[in-house]
Amino acid sequence: MYQYDTHDQAMVDARVAEFTDQVTRRLDGTLSEEQFRPLRLKNGLYLQLHAYMLRVAVPYGTLNSRQMRVLGNIADTYDRGYGHFTTRQNIQYNWIKLSDTPAILADLAGVGMHAIQTSGNCIRNTTADHFAGAAADEVADPRPYAELLRQWSTFHPEFDYLPRKFKVAIIGSETDRAAMKLHDIGIQVVKNAAGEEGLRIHVGGGMGRTPMIAPVIREWLSPLQMVSYLEACLRVYNRYGRRDNKYKARIKILVHEIGADEYRRQVEDEFAHILTLGLEPPAAELDRIKAQFADPAFDPAAPDAIDRSDPDFALWVDQNVHAHKASGYGIVTISLKPVGGIPGDASADQIRLMADLARDYSFDELRVTHAQNIVLPHVRKADLYAVWQQLDAAGLATPNLDLIGDIIACPGLDYCSLANARSIPLAQKISQRFADVERQRDLGELKLKISGCINACGHHHAGHIGVLGVDRKGVENYQLLFGGSEGADTSIGSIIGPGFSEDGIVDAIERATGVYLARREAGERFLDTWRRIGNAPFKDAIYG
Amino acid sequence: MSAERFKILTGNDLLTGDVTWWTGSNWSRHVNDAAALGEDAATIIAVEEAARRVVSAYVIDATRDAEGVRPAHIKDRVRAVGPTVRLDLSLRADDPAATTWIA
Repeated sequence: MYQYDTHDQAMVDARVAEFTDQVTRRLDGTLSEEQFRPLRLKNGLYLQLHAYMLRVAVPYGTLNSRQMRVLGNIADTYDRGYGHFTTRQNIQYNWIKLSDTPAILADLAGVGMHAIQTSGNCIRNTTADHFAGAAADEVADPRPYAELLRQWSTFHPEFDYLPRKFKVAIIGSETDRAAMKLHDIGIQVVKNAAGEEGLRIHVGGGMGRTPMIAPVIREWLSPLQMVSYLEACLRVYNRYGRRDNKYKARIKILVHEIGADEYRRQVEDEFAHILTLGLEPPAAELDRIKAQFADPAFDPAAPDAIDRSDPDFALWVDQNVHAHKASGYGIVTISLKPVGGIPGDASADQIRLMADLARDYSFDELRVTHAQNIVLPHVRKADLYAVWQQLDAAGLATPNLDLIGDIIACPGLDYCSLANARSIPLAQKISQRFADVERQRDLGELKLKISGCINACGHHHAGHIGVLGVDRKGVENYQLLFGGSEGADTSIGSIIGPGFSEDGIVDAIERATGVYLARREAGERFLDTWRRIGNAPFKDAIYG
Repeated sequence: MSAERFKILTGNDLLTGDVTWWTGSNWSRHVNDAAALGEDAATIIAVEEAARRVVSAYVIDATRDAEGVRPAHIKDRVRAVGPTVRLDLSLRADDPAATTWIA
């Protein structure tokens, strides 16, 4: 994986020094809160319901064991012993003291990490397929492009005050594991008949209060022109994106209002101009980055067989281990969704254990997934049992990946100042209602996503079952959506009917699964059955 | 008998971010210490924020009942106690009724 060079390190070190000075000036009164607020947000420091919250960037969700261990140590030293992995592949700490932030950022900088651009109307941390570089179905590794985008977008002066925040996701497989089409820009690495790599560019997707699927703006782009083309995409947005209404300021609104064809035309004009300026990094830089993402030294003799004599282990392998591109290896997904647990939360000890397992069994690599789980991307099949035993002892071996218990939930009203309703207690109740893993497996793939407000950090629009928490005259109320998806068959869910109380929506979800079980045809997921039979049978069962 | 309704002032401690409540002369971590405001909220906020004793202060509605001061909106009741999903970290860690009080 990518290692900081002297320029990268100098940049984050300089930012630590700068923010340390800003915090000092805030505490001695030289800076007012009005002056300080945009500065702290530029460094990922929010003021939430109970305390300051620090959001730390995990570039394209990739980190090594040393970095992961520091994340665990920060949870112990400066927070209350845990961290929360987010739907943007980052980690948040909920109980941070302002005076501690310079020390935290220094600790992060010591392992090549930071909190830069994890807030504000700028280009946020680029997200990527969490199986990148490991998946058996991968066309090409998207991480070198993600890294180039990180370098391009970090402190980009022209795009530091965009109309609104801007999110980029990149994948390198036909299987979309990054909700790519639901981002401001979604990039898919593809290959043509000659085996050459190219990029397919989607622009104008997003969730929030106006969910949209990003149309294709360019079918094929040379990777050696990626920076220039994205520069053009952003420049058109920066020029015409609305700044008068924050609810209409995202690029999806611009693309929708002027139309994809007109947006494309303007981008192509700007792109042609930018190409004359010579802004594109030299090919040698992309080659330098690619070299750092070379495959680890897989053992070609690694045995392919797995001893499945322990039934609990076999269940976990079936549910949480995916096919690897290298024979004799598997991709392990560690569920952070124990029954009744808080989705995405991990204790400091659990974080450090996962770091140790990456060091000992996964070529020192981990990934954070947008579904709030952790991946060990390169584990020998012969080591799976040893890994599982250690995970199991730490409460990290829940075999529920992509099942109804693998719930995405935003922090909601328990932590977030924007939320209208609590998300986590609802996730816990649903998780407990469907605690039986065999019942979950019978229901099959069922992606349930909960947001505590319309900002959709819990991706409720993209859930096979989505839940949106709203405030109804000061009382929490939950709307139920069906039909969302974030994969290759991306779709936006629709609200089925009147909302529910917290207990009422758990019952409604259970009744919906009953309709699915009664009406499904062979091989159908919940989503497939819903698409085939429509809302009516579900509404009948839920509302009577 | 309807509960007494009044306005109180809340914010966060600048240094720690802790939720705080204006007692009439100082700031407390406990909502039951909150005092009813007169008409001087804007002045209090200006003075206290300038003195860096509080940040993001704002006025809310509350009632007083047998249990004490109760913010009118659930968001402020969550702030008054702590995350309902980690009551062990809250100000009412040993109180099983805390979640009911919030909801």
